Amino acid sequence: MASRQFATFEVAEQLFGVEVDTVQEVLSYSEYTPVPLAPPAVGGLFNLRGQVIAAVDLRVQLGLPRQTLAGPKMNVILRGDGEPVSLLVDRIGEVVDLDDDAFEPPPDTLSGHTRELVVGTFKLDGRLMLALDVTQAVDTYRATT
Amino acid sequence: MEDLGEIVGEFLMESHENLDQIDRDLVALEQEPGSRDLISRIFRAIHTIKGTSGFLAFGRLETLAHAGESLLSRLRDGVQPVTPTTITTLLATIDGVRNLLEAIEQNNSEEGVDVESIITAVHAQMAAPTSDAPAAPATPAAEADKPEPLQEVPARPAPEPVEDQRRPLGEMLVESGAAEPADVGSALQSQLEGDERKLGTILLEEGKAQPAAVSEALQNQAPKRSVADSAIRVDVDLLDTLMNMVGELVLARNQLVRGVMETGDSGLVRSAQRLGMITSELQEGIMKTRMQPIEHIWSKLPRVIRDLSQSLGKKVELVMEGKETELDRSLLEAVKDPLTHLVRNAVDHGIEEEARRIAAGKSPEGTLTLRAYHEGGHVAVEVADDGAGMDVNRIAEKAVEKGLLRAEQVPGMDKREIMAMVFQPGFSTAAKVTNVSGRGVGMDVVKTNIERIGGAVSVDSTLGEGTVWRLNIPLTLAIVQALTVDCGEQRYVIPQIAVLELVYIDGNSTKVEYASGAPVYRLRGKLLPLVRLDRTLGLEVGGDKGVYIMVLQADGRRFGLVVDRVLNTEEVVVKALNSRFKDIGLYSGATILGDGKVGLILDVSQLARRSHLTAEGDRENTLGTSRATAGATNGERLLITAVGERRVAIPLDTVTRLEEFPRSRIEQAGSREVVQYRGQILPLMRLSHVLGAYSDAEEGDTVSVVVYSEGGRSVALVVDRIVDIAENSTTARRDVEEDGLVGTAVIQQRVTELLDVRRAILAADPNFYREMTADELVEA
Repeated sequence: MASRQFATFEVAEQLFGVEVDTVQEVLSYSEYTPVPLAPPAVGGLFNLRGQVIAAVDLRVQLGLPRQTLAGPKMNVILRGDGEPVSLLVDRIGEVVDLDDDAFEPPPDTLSGHTRELVVGTFKLDGRLMLALDVTQAVDTYRATT
Repeated sequence: MEDLGEIVGEFLMESHENLDQIDRDLVALEQEPGSRDLISRIFRAIHTIKGTSGFLAFGRLETLAHAGESLLSRLRDGVQPVTPTTITTLLATIDGVRNLLEAIEQNNSEEGVDVESIITAVHAQMAAPTSDAPAAPATPAAEADKPEPLQEVPARPAPEPVEDQRRPLGEMLVESGAAEPADVGSALQSQLEGDERKLGTILLEEGKAQPAAVSEALQNQAPKRSVADSAIRVDVDLLDTLMNMVGELVLARNQLVRGVMETGDSGLVRSAQRLGMITSELQEGIMKTRMQPIEHIWSKLPRVIRDLSQSLGKKVELVMEGKETELDRSLLEAVKDPLTHLVRNAVDHGIEEEARRIAAGKSPEGTLTLRAYHEGGHVAVEVADDGAGMDVNRIAEKAVEKGLLRAEQVPGMDKREIMAMVFQPGFSTAAKVTNVSGRGVGMDVVKTNIERIGGAVSVDSTLGEGTVWRLNIPLTLAIVQALTVDCGEQRYVIPQIAVLELVYIDGNSTKVEYASGAPVYRLRGKLLPLVRLDRTLGLEVGGDKGVYIMVLQADGRRFGLVVDRVLNTEEVVVKALNSRFKDIGLYSGATILGDGKVGLILDVSQLARRSHLTAEGDRENTLGTSRATAGATNGERLLITAVGERRVAIPLDTVTRLEEFPRSRIEQAGSREVVQYRGQILPLMRLSHVLGAYSDAEEGDTVSVVVYSEGGRSVALVVDRIVDIAENSTTARRDVEEDGLVGTAVIQQRVTELLDVRRAILAADPNFYREMTADELVEA
């Protein structure tokens, strides 16, 4: 039985997951530099050991209001295409092993912004985890158009 | 075996370099077929490749190199003339060698490369009847030993002395006329007969040659210290790593220095300063290791142009200017392909066919000029042709046709903007599609590649006269001098190169004014258009009081950027900004500031464009400030004088002469002090009086004056001392409202007042100019 590992995190009480090998690291950071005139989904920039990383506000991507960037925020740093990019999330969950048969396509009732970001649903004990399309999730021009 | 791998690696690297040189030399040889120097050089290079490949048992490579060498030796010996065909054959041979080297590099084997057909072609060349004409009598003998059977496994290259490396001393002495052939002959003879002395010694001792001439010949004889002895090869990755580490070191230093300054411990401050200096030097050194002359990428172009122009049946002369201009290695790499593309494009589409050129009254041979030069922190690289040029109207039509522009937009665009359409994806003006360029891809790729490294590309063209493609490339990606400023809650970074001066607006003596809603500032009597950074960034707009104006210059425009606070200058390490922010266009990059936060680097030319400076106001602006511009790029030259305790700077270009007058020569004319000067009466003006400075230097026997001329009249400004001449960099300047002063600046670590000469004179005596006319004073 094929299984995949997912790193999970919460945004607005919903559990999301991305495949572990797309994640570079997870860390909490509190100083962000806003980028005026950038798409609203860009939370800001921060310094990761000398590297400038863009933090994408997953709330905005999901059609929710922006996070206030005061105080430490959790970042899921994805390797990205060529350069790392971070997803701002509310809480970090654990890494889960999921069998492929726990997977189902997103329910038809799921619509709007979230539907575009989600590739499928995993049935966990007691709750559902939405698997994110990593490329879509960090595409900051998507939500604005 | 591993050792052998290393040897092979070195051989490959060395051979590639040699091949590039051969390429260049062959193309040059075609231009001057009689050059024995070139032939010898090519011969030696091929010989080296042949020798090493034999040693490393690359049989096919050796055979091929040998064939090339044989043909070359015939050229060298004059058995066969140099013709374009032979050059083509030799170039093909070089390509064959190159392919073999690549195969060896990739598969460690020589298989899969067609060598035989090249060798056949070389043979055909050698057998060609061209050889019978020029050197008929010598042919039989030469023919007999030269074209050796090629398929026979060539003998290991005998350690034959590579010619020209060490010429016989006697020969050199005879050549330079320092010794008679007969004397050298007899000296050699006595050596043969057992004389153990060296040739030079024999000649000297028998008085047949001058010691100086012999020692000179000996020096020339010693093989020149080759580059290989004074340089080592360094892995580029290693340099890149070092560069990154230095970048981090600069950041760490900035943080440390800031922290130490706060503690105020003088010992620590000294150490930190020392660390700072060492870091700067280290950084500079490492940057230098990465600088390479642009020649490195140009060197491949003569070959490209030759092949291309030949296949198109055009004649193109290549001119290179400024090939020693240095660029960071990584930038060179990035520029290589776009440049090649532009060159190919220029030969393919720019330069016309011979017939068309003649019809247009041009010389049949087209000229392609490559030009590189430094310009204000950038390197400009131009590819200019004297070809057909591009038709602006045609470009506009085409852009409309392709849906890149709307027809009604066109009339509102200037030539430069329309020309820039050729960089749009999917745009191509080429009438026919060739295998060279013109497939509608290319120019947009050029633009993307150049912009990726923080450069810019533009084109200018005159129909019928030619086209100039211009790449503007930053000198180095890595580190720039920058000013940090505050705007709103955030800190931004502005490259110092763009900053001319700073003005503090207190709202009283200096203030922002509005010309029908557009903010302006009167800078020394000229209106400076202002751009509010907060408004441009879409932030909350603040007030006009207690702010700073940064006078910036970009794209030939001058404007003032209003920011809340100017903090300090700092060296920042430029980090490329994620492509998602490219479209915003206002940021050229990001950096890590001293406090570890990310700071955005503002793109000044984009700000200028955003500022909606109209084309009209633009021109006026540029005209009006052309002198200021010149001053800005080179730094305004100032004459620093001492007046009492104060330092006063006078723009050097307003100064006619510096003089010393004995005090006794000062005479009184009415209420004014004057001196007789060059047969005329020169009024004196004491700067200490004008500026209300207390001057205690009255006791001296002489007075120092600065002679100032304007509108045909002169006045001598009396100062206590001439201190120095300095370049005014763009260090912080503040306007002060005091008669006769432009403002203050920090020059050579001292606060210096900048004198407005005209106003100073008027302040002292409002009627001065008028009176002068009346009194018929100096008519300089």
